Amino acid sequence: MARWAMVIDLDRCTACQACVVACQVENNVPPTGVGEAEKGRAISWLRVVPFVDEEAHGTRPPLRLTPLPCQHCDNPPCTKVCPVQATSIDDEGLVAQIYPRCIGCRYCTTACPYTVREFNWKRPEWPEPMEQGLSPDVSIRPKGVVEKCTFCHHRLQRARDRARAENRELQEGEYMPACVETCPSGAMAFGDWDDPRSEVSRLSQSPRAFHLMEELGTEPKVIYLSKGEWGGEV
Amino acid sequence: MEKSEASMQQDAVLLRPIEQTSWKFWVFIGILLAIWLWGMFAWLTQLRHGLEVTGLNVPVYWGLYITNFVFFIGISHAGTLISAILRLSHAEWRRPITRAAEVITVLVLFFGVGCVLLDLGRPDRALNVIKHPNFMSPLLWDVTSISIYLTASTVYLYLPLIPDIAILRDHMPKRRWFYRILALGWKGTERQHRILENAIATMAVLVIPIAVSVHTVVSWVFAMTVQPMWHSTIFGPYFVVGAIFSGIAAIIIAMAAIRKVYHLESYLKPIHFNNLGLLLLVMSLLWFYFTFAEFLTTYYGSEPSHMVVFLSKTEGEFAPYFWTMVVACVVIPLALLGNGRTRGTVWGTVVASVSVEIGMWLERFLIVIPSLSRPRLPFAAAHYSPSWVEWSLLAAFVAMFILLYAVFTKLFPIISIWEIREGRERSVLEVSRRVQSYLDSAVPPALDQKSS
Repeated sequence: MARWAMVIDLDRCTACQACVVACQVENNVPPTGVGEAEKGRAISWLRVVPFVDEEAHGTRPPLRLTPLPCQHCDNPPCTKVCPVQATSIDDEGLVAQIYPRCIGCRYCTTACPYTVREFNWKRPEWPEPMEQGLSPDVSIRPKGVVEKCTFCHHRLQRARDRARAENRELQEGEYMPACVETCPSGAMAFGDWDDPRSEVSRLSQSPRAFHLMEELGTEPKVIYLSKGEWGGEV
Repeated sequence: MEKSEASMQQDAVLLRPIEQTSWKFWVFIGILLAIWLWGMFAWLTQLRHGLEVTGLNVPVYWGLYITNFVFFIGISHAGTLISAILRLSHAEWRRPITRAAEVITVLVLFFGVGCVLLDLGRPDRALNVIKHPNFMSPLLWDVTSISIYLTASTVYLYLPLIPDIAILRDHMPKRRWFYRILALGWKGTERQHRILENAIATMAVLVIPIAVSVHTVVSWVFAMTVQPMWHSTIFGPYFVVGAIFSGIAAIIIAMAAIRKVYHLESYLKPIHFNNLGLLLLVMSLLWFYFTFAEFLTTYYGSEPSHMVVFLSKTEGEFAPYFWTMVVACVVIPLALLGNGRTRGTVWGTVVASVSVEIGMWLERFLIVIPSLSRPRLPFAAAHYSPSWVEWSLLAAFVAMFILLYAVFTKLFPIISIWEIREGRERSVLEVSRRVQSYLDSAVPPALDQKSS
C-alpha cells in the first residue's frame, strides 16, 4: 500500500505561484472577486503564504514565502471532529472530503491548525467563457460545504485505471498532483513515502527536511526542505 | 372542598394571569413578534445567499451563532439544575421559584439548538448527524447530551405541573379540554401524591448529572481541538460554572419581571432575591477563580501561539470586551451582592444579574472568536465583525424566548400553587421536626414539651 507524500524545497521555490494557478484550474476552484477576497473569503487549496521572520539579520531574508497545501496528516485533527463522517483518511493516507454529505458546520476548519480547509460561502460561479474550461474529472462543490486539497486524487484514479488496463503496476511519477507537475523550478516532488527508492523518500532523509508544526503530533505528509533554522521558527 | 375553596381565594392572584389578559400584554406580544419577523427576514436572506451574508471569514469560521449557542445552553442550566439542587436539599424557599426557573431551561434549549442550525452551511442536511454519526466528534456528544437534557427537563417541568393543571381543569371556565388532557386524571389522592413525589425526586437526581454533562461537552467542542487557549483541561468545569452563573442571573431577572407584572410581591419576597443573590455571589467568586487560574497558567507557560491569543484579549483588539467582562462578571456583582443592604433588595440583585448576563455573553464571545482570529500560522490572522443578519437573529431569538415565556404564564401558573400550599400546610411542622432531629438528645425537657 502506498503512502503518498509531497516534498517542497523552499530553497528552490521562487514563489512564482504557478502551482497556485495550476491547482485552481485543475480542481475547478472558482475565482473570487475582489470584494469577497477583501472579506477574507477567497478559496484556494494551495496558497503561497508569507512568514515574517522578525529576527532576520545578515543575508537571511525577512520574508519567507511558503506554498501551503493540505498537509494530509497521518493523524489528522480534522477527521476526528467531523460529526457526520464527511471527512476521513484513506488507506493510502489521503485525507478526503465527501461534499454531498458535509453539513457545513465548519468544525474541521476550526480544528485544523494549518488553516488549509476552505468553506464555500456562496454558489461557485465562473465568468464566461471560463465555464467551458472546467475539468470533467473534479466535481463542483455546492454552496455551504467544506472543500480542501485532495493531492489531486482524481489523477491517482486515472493513473491507476491506465495501469490496470495495461495490466501492470503503477510506476513512480505516473501519479502527480497538478502543482508538482507545474512547478517550473523543480521545487516540488511527489511519490510513495513507503517506497525506499522513491525521490520523496530520499529527500525526506535530507538534513534540511522538516514538517510544519511537528510538535503538534499531526504527522504531516508534506515535507519541507530548507537550510538553516527555518523549521524551528514557524 | 370548603378548605380548598378558601385556599383558592388565598392564591387567587396566581391564577389571575390566566383568567385575565390586558391590552398591554397584546402590545408586548406584538412588539416581540415584530422583532421575530424581522429575524425571520434575516434568516430567509441567509438561506437564499448562504453564510456569505454573515461577517464570518477565513479563519474566523465561527462567530455570533456559536457564541449564542454556548450562551443559551449556559442559561439553560438555570432552571432544571438549580431547581433540582434546591429540591433535593429541601431548601424550603425554593417553592415559588422552581417553576419559573424550569420553564427557562426548556425554552432556551430550543434556541441553543436553533443557533447551531443557523450556523450550518447546509441546514437541509442536518439529519446526517443521525444517518452518518461519528461518535468520535464532540459535536455528536453535544447532540446526544442536549437531546437527553431537553427530554429530561421537559418531563421535570411537566411532573410538578400536573396537580396545578388539575386545579385549572376544575376552576377555569375556558380551555377545559386542554387542561383535562394534560391533567392525566389527577385527583389528588394520597397514592397519586406518593407516585408523583417519587417521580419528581427521581427526575431531580437524574437531571443533575445530565445537566453537568451538557455544558461539559459543549466546552469539549473547543477543548478537544489543539487550538490556542481552547485546548485546556479545565474547560469542562469552567463552562459548567459559567453556565450556572449565567443561569442564576437569568432566574433572578425572570422572577423580578413576573413579580412586577403579575403583582406577586407576597410570594416572591426580598428574601428569595437575597438567597439567590448569595448563590450568584458564590458563583461569581468561583467563576473568577477559574478565569484567573486559566489566564495565569497560560501566561506563565507563555507558549508563543497561546500568548498571541492571550495578549489579544488582555491588551489588544479584544481588550475593551475583556475588561468589560471582568467588571460585569466580578466587580459589579461583588459590590452589589457582597453588601447585605443591596443584596436584600430586588433592584440590587437584578442590576447584578443583568450585569452578569452581559459579562457572560462577552465571555462566550471571547472564548470563541480570539482563538480563531489568531491561528497558529500567523499569516491567517483576521478580524471579525458580525453582520446585521447575525445581530438580527440574536435579537429574534431573545424576543421569541421572552414571547414563549409570556405565553406560558398565560396558560399555566408560573408559581406552583400546590407546592406553595404544601409549604403552608406541611413544611412548617416538617422543618421544625427536622431541626429538632439535628440537635442532640439532651434537650431540656421544658423546651421539648413546648415544641410538641
